[in-house]
Amino acid sequence: MKTGSNLEKVFEAGKFAVTAEIGPPQSANPEPLIHHAKMLNGSADAFNLTDNQTAVVRLSSIASAAIIMKEGIEPVIQMTCRDRNRIALQSDLLGACAIGVKNVLCLTGDHQIFGNEKAAKSVFDFDSVSELYTFNKLRNEGLQPGGNVLEEKPEVYLGCAENPFATPYEFRATRLAKKVNAGADFVQTQAIFDMDMFELWMDEVRSRGLDKKTHILAGLIPMKTAGAARYMKNKVPGMIVPKRIIDRMKNASDAAEEGIKLCVEQIDTLKSMKGVHGVHIMAVKWEEIVPRIAEMAGLLPRPSFD
Amino acid sequence: MIVAERKPLGEIAEMIAPYEKVCVIGCRSCVAICLAGGEKEVNMLVSAMGLLNRRTGRTQNLDGLVLERQCEKEWVKEVEDRILESDVILSMSCSLGAQTIGDMYPEKIVVPGLNTAIFGVPEEQGVWSEKCLGCGDCIIHTTGGICPIARCAKSMLNGPCGGSSDGHCEVNLELDCAWYAIHERLKLQGRLELMDMVRPPKEWNTSHSGGRRVIVREEARLTSHQKRATEESQ
Ligand code: SF4
Ligand code: SF4
Repeated sequence: MKTGSNLEKVFEAGKFAVTAEIGPPQSANPEPLIHHAKMLNGSADAFNLTDNQTAVVRLSSIASAAIIMKEGIEPVIQMTCRDRNRIALQSDLLGACAIGVKNVLCLTGDHQIFGNEKAAKSVFDFDSVSELYTFNKLRNEGLQPGGNVLEEKPEVYLGCAENPFATPYEFRATRLAKKVNAGADFVQTQAIFDMDMFELWMDEVRSRGLDKKTHILAGLIPMKTAGAARYMKNKVPGMIVPKRIIDRMKNASDAAEEGIKLCVEQIDTLKSMKGVHGVHIMAVKWEEIVPRIAEMAGLLPRPSFD
Repeated sequence: MIVAERKPLGEIAEMIAPYEKVCVIGCRSCVAICLAGGEKEVNMLVSAMGLLNRRTGRTQNLDGLVLERQCEKEWVKEVEDRILESDVILSMSCSLGAQTIGDMYPEKIVVPGLNTAIFGVPEEQGVWSEKCLGCGDCIIHTTGGICPIARCAKSMLNGPCGGSSDGHCEVNLELDCAWYAIHERLKLQGRLELMDMVRPPKEWNTSHSGGRRVIVREEARLTSHQKRATEESQ
């Protein structure tokens, strides 16, 4: 065990893991976080706290983690390289570990052009791979990139994201390999709508034995409306939404119910896909639906280790 | 080359408004090639300002001239008289020329007529694109000759981010994704293994992050004796 985080225990026990996402509020009010924590408690093994997602200023992911941990929920904090150089990244890692955070997801981050502070100076001192590489060295050897050795090594379970649907497609398994070599214990993929394409990527991942070296959580976004499907297809770079899915959402008499059904079907497929060790449900602005989806997909109750 | 763009006429007019005698100085180097501050552009600006002034009933003496290279003291020195006669210098070179004049004649006000933007190349008539950020430690031999620092919006070092779409950059879908291009180039060259390596964090201290950079070539410097001799000959 690297940290004994709940997520790590689920993987180590060979169980099919579930993670979900909580978006921190655009204010200093902790109530929405507490509300979501209470509502979602027990429906997943750990919850991602996004780090100023799409470069929109929000309550910090580490502070959010402190808040939801009080509710008995395990966080995965996301840490992007967009806003912090290596000094701040390391410092925040140490700070997060000190307050009891065990899972950290290393991300390059969305460019600030997508957010609400477009005039910001971008940092990008690291990319996600060098962030993983650095955090891995810190936890294993206490060695900082500048050569200093920490008095005590932080204990952290390291994750990353990967998008099988971004170009060049043939590089996407290699990119995961790089992240695994750099230290990724688990990976959450970009939302899957094209299951065939995901299978192709998994083939490549399995043929390189990467599924044995890291835990793959297949990413899913439950959709509430047909508009959401169209938006993701047209507006989100690196996302592939097949026409049959858009049509299915469009023709449904109750789009939200259809979205839930689709997500549950996807989970069923993923449960039996070799090398997939869990799902990551990103119910963006629809967090409350996660317990129902988990229930319908037969993922409840979540394993408990006390 | 250094690529710059002329500031809007209104902004220029405002900067030089308080002064009577304006010396407009262009440059025949990069900014002439990128059609921002060469002879033609200086002449155009002088006549445009003249027209503007006529419309507002303003009298302003506009003296236009062009130097071979505004960032070198020797060339600037040749027009010293005209600089000293003026109330303000409107530099139509990149900011390096503007600062050279400012440093040589610290009592003179120098205003920038151009926005200096990029280290870039002319791609086609009228199009210049950024290709280097002057990081001070060039690595393009490992990236198929394509700079990921300047050409990737996130200066990624380990391959394309998750937003690379059909070979285009998520930040501007009209531009190529640098890492897609690097991947294709390395594939063509049979060197795809360069895509596999984990590149550790880049050491940015050779870039501007390490503070202002001054390059000294000892063997090229003049001895104090030589310096004195040059000064005397001038
Ligand atoms: S690696 Fe550095 S020096 Fe080389 S082209 Fe890129 S920014 Fe310029
Ligand atoms: S799409 Fe390509 S060029 Fe644009 S930020 Fe991502 S990796 Fe860089």
